[in-house]
Amino acid sequence: MFGTYLRRELIGRRKQTIIIAIGMALAIALVIIVNSVSAGVRNAQTTVLQSVYGVGTDITVSQAATPPTEGGTDGPGQRFDFGADAGATTDGSTTVATSRLEAGRGTTTFAASDLDKVTALQGVSGAAGTLALTNTTFDGELPDFSQMQAPGATGSDSGTGTDSGTGTDTGTAPQGGADGAGGSSFNVDSFTVLGLDPAADAVGPLSAVTLTDGRGLEASDTGTDNAVLDATYATANDLATGDTFDIGGTTFTVVGIVGATGSDAETASNVYIPLDRAQAISGLTDQISTISVQASSSTEIAAVKAAIEKDLPDATVSTQEDLASSVSGSLSSASGLVSSLGTWLSIIVLAAAFLIAILFTISGVSRRTREFGTLKAIGWSNRRIVGQVAGESVVQSLIGGAVGVAVGLLGVVVVNLFAPTLTASASASAGGGMPGGAPGAAGSGGGSGAGDAAANLPAGGFGGGQAAASTTDVVLNAPVTPLIIVIAVALAVVGGLLAGAIGGWRASRLRPAEALRSVG
Amino acid sequence: MYTLTSLTKTYSQPKRTVTALNGVDLTIPDGQLVAIQGPTGGGKSTLLQMLGALDRPTSGSIALRGDDLSTLGEAKLATIRASEIGFVFQGFNLIPTLTALENVEMALVPAGVSAQERVHRATQALESVGLGERATHLPNELSGGQQQRVAIARALVKNPKVLLADEPTGNLDEQTRDEIMDLLEGLWRDQNLTVVIVTHDSAVAKRAERRLRIANGTISELA
Ligand SMILES: Nc1ncnc2c1ncn2[C@@H]1O[C@H](COP(=O)(O)OP(=O)(O)O)[C@@H](O)[C@H]1O
Ligand SMILES: [Mg+2]
Repeated sequence: MFGTYLRRELIGRRKQTIIIAIGMALAIALVIIVNSVSAGVRNAQTTVLQSVYGVGTDITVSQAATPPTEGGTDGPGQRFDFGADAGATTDGSTTVATSRLEAGRGTTTFAASDLDKVTALQGVSGAAGTLALTNTTFDGELPDFSQMQAPGATGSDSGTGTDSGTGTDTGTAPQGGADGAGGSSFNVDSFTVLGLDPAADAVGPLSAVTLTDGRGLEASDTGTDNAVLDATYATANDLATGDTFDIGGTTFTVVGIVGATGSDAETASNVYIPLDRAQAISGLTDQISTISVQASSSTEIAAVKAAIEKDLPDATVSTQEDLASSVSGSLSSASGLVSSLGTWLSIIVLAAAFLIAILFTISGVSRRTREFGTLKAIGWSNRRIVGQVAGESVVQSLIGGAVGVAVGLLGVVVVNLFAPTLTASASASAGGGMPGGAPGAAGSGGGSGAGDAAANLPAGGFGGGQAAASTTDVVLNAPVTPLIIVIAVALAVVGGLLAGAIGGWRASRLRPAEALRSVG
Repeated sequence: MYTLTSLTKTYSQPKRTVTALNGVDLTIPDGQLVAIQGPTGGGKSTLLQMLGALDRPTSGSIALRGDDLSTLGEAKLATIRASEIGFVFQGFNLIPTLTALENVEMALVPAGVSAQERVHRATQALESVGLGERATHLPNELSGGQQQRVAIARALVKNPKVLLADEPTGNLDEQTRDEIMDLLEGLWRDQNLTVVIVTHDSAVAKRAERRLRIANGTISELA
């Protein structure tokens, strides 16, 4: 009879059933969509972070960059010194080609011994040190110096350029002689190089890449001039496995090509080489710029972070969570939108749906005062009446929940159909990203005063191709887990029980005699 | 069947206290057909609720056979209502969403009767009030007289000892009133029921074995 009565009530009082169910359906659908989209955004964020920091990296340790002193000559800025005998001289002009490997812009290096300190800490299951470098090549033709001595030259001394390094070289172009000689052309090219320990491939940036050609760096590569290239960079520069190219004056052989796993993103660096070679060529002996740390369990992360900060007071220690905040772009806006607006919207709509269910159940009970009084008069116990009212609300909410799950799943399908592409950039040196140009303080100013007339340096100095800021397009894919459906249905049941309990309580408090007194 | 001793029922309201029943002493023997008359507000419905175990007296006692209804707990009172007392109301009080048959079945639910047995007994009860054909009709598809027959079937399907009716013919025309009274009288005779009918209507009261009058909460016998 419970079932028959329940069914008859729901069908007989269709308006109330529909209103409660629609409210619940909206709320449940929203909960599913918001949850699914935010899971999608979280996944996208993880994809971006992994392409930069590697899978399984819980903590990264770097050192905040100290701004270079202006015009400093020993800073990490770009500076080329050409000796008098640099390059080959033919027909009075000199061809120069030089290549330097230096610490990446905004990167501060620190002693590799810090890695041992981190590795020794409790709760650390693995750690690897990397050295982020930028290789800059500069090649071109210098005109015959002797021409510069031509009378009327407006000043060989004006070629000192600018120290600002914030923009194109504003050095006044020295006029050449009458023939206008002095024009020369330079190519400035830079790419990022990451030195890493080939033996420690479980932790660090290379743990998140997929080999597309050749092989990865192996323990036996230590000390060799073998390199692995980022697929995007290799394609752009026409390099393939087996080719050779120059890093800081040393010829390297390409042994493999890697791409980011799970996205078409660029990987953390353009080029990967053994750490010892990176240190040797850049002259940064026993220096590293980042330590990637894997904690033995996720519950240890906070403790490990604290321990590292204690041991290495100068270091910037970032957890994945801290790093997530370094992700910027539309992905980050989406993440913010979903987590704040979406969550609040679901809570508000859910609360509204619960309130609607409660209010309509109470008003339904009031309207049925006489009915419940009659049932009590013919022997129904309070418990049975409460059970009936609660049963009705739970079923109403469950109908809403079922419709909500269907609508929610449909919504998720629609979201995935449109699959919005989110752009994200994560700055690899978490917190250390320097505004372009600043470290280029030395600029071209240090260059030979002669003939930088046509040297058209890229804005912001060198290193325009900073892989430190890796920009990634991630297609949003909103997943639906069985758990969220269970939670959604549970929410509907809770809403129904809440409304039923309150409505049933009201019904049980009706004194049968009074209930019957409302007889007209 | 019933023994009432100095039964008093007062309703406390914020401003004043209403004494609906004032020291009623009354004995109703088994199998009697009693009519209760009196002015509106005299306490008739209140007395019927006491008899029906729907409410407890303020003081005094009311015994239904061996059970003292003034001291039993709510759950026990519900059990007594479910098994021993049948109620018929002026307004029929059928559940509008349920069919005639289902309305009758509702009275068997608290007793834990199986679904099959319920349908069987409810069908029989409907037939005994002459509504076997209307089992699947909803209340609003039935006339007032037919609805009251369904209500009587619902009251009697559990084979109670007592039938309490509060103005059962108050909403019916004279012809239907007489039909309903014929029905009640027949059932009373056949099933050895104790019947208490509250009524304004002298034509109804005249058919009773015994007539009582309640005014201002006190009871008196009418000849
Ligand atoms: N629940 C209640 N609260 C307050 N007063 C009540 C209540 N029920 C009945 N009364 C009062 O008790 C008196 C008797 O009412 P009732 O038994 O319904 O009379 P009758 O059925 O004879 O018209 C009336 O004055 C009525 O107003
Ligand atoms: Mg009355």
